Amino acid sequence: MMNSSSPAIAVQALRVTRGGAEVLHGLTFEVPRGQVTGLLGPSGCGKTTLMRAIVGVQIVSGGQVTVLGEPAGSPALRRRIGYSTQNPAVYRDLSVRENLRYFAAVLNAPKSDVDRVMEEVGLSDAAGQLGGTLSGGQLNRASLAVALLGSPELVVLDEPTVGLDPVLRQELWQLFQSLAARGVTLVVSSHVMDEAARCERLIVMRDGEILADDSPEGLRGHTRTTDLEEAFLRLIEERAAA
Amino acid sequence: MNFAITLATARRILTQLRHDHRTVALMVLVPTLVIVLLYYVIDDRRTFAQWAPVLLCIFPFLVMFLVTSIATLRERTSGTLERLMAGPLGKLDLLLGYGIAFGLTACVQVALALTVSLTWLGLEPAGPLWPLVVVALLNALLGTALGLLCSAFARSEFQAVQFMPVVMIPQLLLGGIIVPRDQMATALEWVSNVLPMSYAIDAMKTAVMGAELGGEFWRDVLVVAGAALLALILGAATLPRRTP
Repeated sequence: MMNSSSPAIAVQALRVTRGGAEVLHGLTFEVPRGQVTGLLGPSGCGKTTLMRAIVGVQIVSGGQVTVLGEPAGSPALRRRIGYSTQNPAVYRDLSVRENLRYFAAVLNAPKSDVDRVMEEVGLSDAAGQLGGTLSGGQLNRASLAVALLGSPELVVLDEPTVGLDPVLRQELWQLFQSLAARGVTLVVSSHVMDEAARCERLIVMRDGEILADDSPEGLRGHTRTTDLEEAFLRLIEERAAA
Repeated sequence: MNFAITLATARRILTQLRHDHRTVALMVLVPTLVIVLLYYVIDDRRTFAQWAPVLLCIFPFLVMFLVTSIATLRERTSGTLERLMAGPLGKLDLLLGYGIAFGLTACVQVALALTVSLTWLGLEPAGPLWPLVVVALLNALLGTALGLLCSAFARSEFQAVQFMPVVMIPQLLLGGIIVPRDQMATALEWVSNVLPMSYAIDAMKTAVMGAELGGEFWRDVLVVAGAALLALILGAATLPRRTP
């Protein structure tokens, strides 16, 4: 058994080069277990690349990523991580249920998981619908449901709430928080600042660097503003002045 | 590799096909329709008896090549491949899953084409039927394996479709259908010797003529099977878990 006080994710001097340009410039940070950590920053700041490195599908050019005590991407981790990409990765020519059945079989998750995760993301009514006929938000939730199959210890979600109505967004954040309460570690990216307040910890990124790694309260205190959007601007100014 | 995951993958691919009636109809009916067309175009039993098996040999290869290369390309571009690669699925699970699913489809395709040829079109093979079926199915597997491999080099559907004539036409021209292989220029014969389709066509000819199924037939079958296996392994190598 892993020491539960060790961090869920430890990233050290992570560098990633894509298409000849360095997109992550030596990131170092830790993500504690059993919390929702928000990964914030504008589009193109490297959130997705960082998440891919954590999940172990990104070629990295330097540094170390340790996930749940193992090097990122090691075979032992593949059943312990749930991952949902920004682009909903579900089969458009399968129904929601068929998609989930397949991914559950791959993960060797119990069959009852299929109904559980559909319930959790509020897709039970669309169970028989083909992926291609779902709305953007439904497709997103189907992809999210796949990430919740099995009992992942770490769930990495890239922009899971894009295009959802506020009620649904609220429900999903409650789901994330209840998962964290059960001891699951979640890393959730977003470019919407109002979602930041719902995380226990925030990592704010810009241009492949970390601007801040703090709790929402800490960030507000440090930047002397109650508005996180404002706080983000202050962080950028601070960085420019330094 | 995990057998349960391989089977789940094959079942998933067949379910995808089941939702796509038109593709299934095209895959299953087109070879038969072309053979019927050939029958009326040639309008001569003996010549037809020579050409029908060649089509039976080519079609499974052609159709499986196309369908597989597009299907895997879609898997790569839609993000489902990345999701699977982040999970416990082995690369060979995916490739064999495709092989099994499309192999079964090829069985249906060949069965229909053969049934129509043997009954309605009055094709009378000189020997037993099973060598013909074995060769046709092996060709389907070869097509699937090469399709998987080629899709790795295609960035778009346009490119994937263009790979079909690139892989297909030289193999047909050099395979000994139009000009016997031993009558070609030496250099071309050498090339012909390393193309798996040449052996498939040789095996098909042996099966059709009802000749003794000696060592040469089994050598041809082994070469085609070996080429399919090699393409599958190379295909697995082109499926990296980590991408740039």
